[in-house]
Amino acid sequence: MIAGLTWLLAFQVLGEVIVRLLDITVPGPVVGMLLLFVFLRVRRYGDDGSIVRAGSALLRHLQLFFVPAGVGIVVYLGMLRDHALPIAASLLGSWLIGLAVVGWTAVGLERLLGKPHDDLPGPAGEEAP
Amino acid sequence: MRGDELLDLARSPLVLLLITLGGYQAGRWLQRRTGGHALAQPVLPAIAAAGIAITVLDVDYADYRSATELIAFWLGPATVALAIPLHRQADRLKGFVVPLLVAIVAGAVTSIVTAVLIARALGADEQLEKTLSAKAATTPVAIALTQSLGGIPPLAAVFAISIGIVSAITAPAVLNLLRIRDRRARGLAVGAVSHGIGASRMLREDETEGAFAGLAMGLSALAISLLVPVLALVLF
Repeated sequence: MIAGLTWLLAFQVLGEVIVRLLDITVPGPVVGMLLLFVFLRVRRYGDDGSIVRAGSALLRHLQLFFVPAGVGIVVYLGMLRDHALPIAASLLGSWLIGLAVVGWTAVGLERLLGKPHDDLPGPAGEEAP
Repeated sequence: MRGDELLDLARSPLVLLLITLGGYQAGRWLQRRTGGHALAQPVLPAIAAAGIAITVLDVDYADYRSATELIAFWLGPATVALAIPLHRQADRLKGFVVPLLVAIVAGAVTSIVTAVLIARALGADEQLEKTLSAKAATTPVAIALTQSLGGIPPLAAVFAISIGIVSAITAPAVLNLLRIRDRRARGLAVGAVSHGIGASRMLREDETEGAFAGLAMGLSALAISLLVPVLALVLF
């Protein structure tokens, strides 16, 4: 467990160093994630390794770790109320448009490349049960 | 003055940590009791418990934040650990790499731009637009991005969680309406716009959908991180 956590912290530090050296606004942990992904791929890292065990343990409780950030909502309740319409419309509208764009782009390109899938039961064009 | 001493104790990091962990445990219990219902995210009871506690005890948010640094610290290493599910699912990609990458990038651009423009059209200020821009990314990434952009990180967290819950409840039905029938594309779309909370719903629907949603969550976090700073130059 400690060995795995050490590796995860090392990759995070590496990410923070790169972000500072390149002076970019990408969060350090995200760069760390990318580096760790490359590392796991190159090493063909197995499921029983210390990084996977420590990392999976952390990921099981990912939601706990953003509770302190989320509690900050109490400071902004007034702002949420005052801007309820733009917030709700932006969240829902952007979500729906994003969902359609990702889904249709993937399906459209598959069709172009000649490898379409139709995984749902029932003839195409009907509502799936 | 026993009362004062008790109040000091109640405002100590020890008790604030206990309340936070207790709220989270209550949330996990609720999630199990409801058979994993999409609304029953453990983070919600935890935020509610801690939020009510600091309001009643009259603790400044800044003090609560430093008292619970012990918990918040692990957000960074946990974000790094998102590479693990990505690594496990990388083998499922054969024959789908190009549609996947193009769709993820197109989705990231669309999510960011539409979130900002819709908010602007309805009269939001720039700080709020910035806070909305990264809402499709997984919560830790949305928080970090909003911070470096000059938005409001706690609100970004709440936005990301809220849209995740909406998606977890409605996405399968909406995908049917949109006539998206390839399970890989379905998972991809949900993971790209509603990260881990959406992905957990797809995992219960179907293993392939769940795996691709998880993969899309990781790749989108990356794409959104890279694109938000670039698009910010144009949008703000």
